[in-house]
Amino acid sequence: MTDRKSGFIDQKLQDLNRDGIDRRGFLECMAWVGTGLIWTVSGGIPVSRAFAKTHEQTVNKGAELTFAQISDSHMGFNKPANPDVAATLQAAVAKINGLATPPEFLLHTGDISHLSKPEQFDNVDQILKSASAKDVFFVPGEHDVLDDDGKSYLERYGKNAQGAGWYSFDKKGVHFIGLVNVMNLKSGGLGSLGHEQLEWMEKDVKHLKSSTPIVVFAHIPLWSVYPEWGWGTEDSAQALAYLKKFGSVTVLNGHIHQTMQKVEGNVTFHTAMSTAFPQPAPGKADSPGPMKVPAEQLRSVLGISDVNYVRGTHSLAVVDSSLG
Amino acid sequence: MKRQAKFAVVAIMFTVLAMLAGAGRLKADDGKGGGPAVDVKIDNFSFTPQTITVAAGTTVTWTNRDDIPHTVVSNDGVFKSKVRDTDEKFTYTFTKAGTYDYFCSVHPKMTGKVIVQ
Repeated sequence: MTDRKSGFIDQKLQDLNRDGIDRRGFLECMAWVGTGLIWTVSGGIPVSRAFAKTHEQTVNKGAELTFAQISDSHMGFNKPANPDVAATLQAAVAKINGLATPPEFLLHTGDISHLSKPEQFDNVDQILKSASAKDVFFVPGEHDVLDDDGKSYLERYGKNAQGAGWYSFDKKGVHFIGLVNVMNLKSGGLGSLGHEQLEWMEKDVKHLKSSTPIVVFAHIPLWSVYPEWGWGTEDSAQALAYLKKFGSVTVLNGHIHQTMQKVEGNVTFHTAMSTAFPQPAPGKADSPGPMKVPAEQLRSVLGISDVNYVRGTHSLAVVDSSLG
Repeated sequence: MKRQAKFAVVAIMFTVLAMLAGAGRLKADDGKGGGPAVDVKIDNFSFTPQTITVAAGTTVTWTNRDDIPHTVVSNDGVFKSKVRDTDEKFTYTFTKAGTYDYFCSVHPKMTGKVIVQ
């Protein structure tokens, strides 16, 4: 199911067989780093491409819905890993605008700002205004809800949201659910959705037909990427239990500043790259702090390798390719 | 002689405190004219030393040495810092004996403990 033209890699992220939602047993993941992802939903099957691999001729003309995911812009971060995160966010927007099939909207999976400061949110909003896609759907990262329990985030981005900022919407038959898992974190714990949000989610999906493609997006991964670094969500299993009846579930997260993928039964998990700075692979450094690379290599490190899920092989194909 | 003895007692007390504080640096004065002071570093997503034992009246200063902001929040709400970016500090003076577990509310895997005697 992998299309490859002139070095492009499309990634079929969903198992088309739908041969039972309990099928488990393969979960392999691999990281790549880059600037953003473009998502296409065709026949209910989300497909992603790394921005860097997307060229004019790779347009999926049969796509019913195309959207782009950006994450972890960390506006306000100015340390050596990337002293100019505005420039790299602008580069990500330029990539979006260069896509042959313009995405209908953007998802931002959190850590919009570095320190929840109004001018940092302003700066991101300003840069995103230059995106061809005008609608941007946000969920907060932990950096967006510092000090004020998310009040300023909600005032800015939560007008149509419930609780701490969760909401759902439909686009061309696809049901999108934006979740918040960065509030009220407990000592020693992981990301948390909380009882109130889970209850809302159960009701939100109850009336949907099982054939409805579901896209869930939240900041911290909704699967256990690396609990030692807090890369997981303690009550995500409950959220996923509500989605068991659906044939196609795609979970999009950020937070870990690198791409990882896991397919389990009917659910495909995917984490996006940051537009600001890379983070180390799980356990490959003393801490998950920013991974420093020489300035001239920053953008070439953003986009080192791609991962393809090839249907039927039960493994992920990894293709290394530098952007620069 | 009496004064010297007093000094000796104080010196011994400070040495014991310094030992109890582990790697925490003991200062004679917290800059506010108050009691003893102990430093805790926030580095590599961890509090160092992770556990300190101090005398009541000690002022503890946390300094963030990471490139990423952190907080210092006690589990039971006794103290709560604002977000601390690189090189920013948070201080709290412990007046009551007890065990104070705390964590970084941004990265809750980061935990520490202050034992006040």
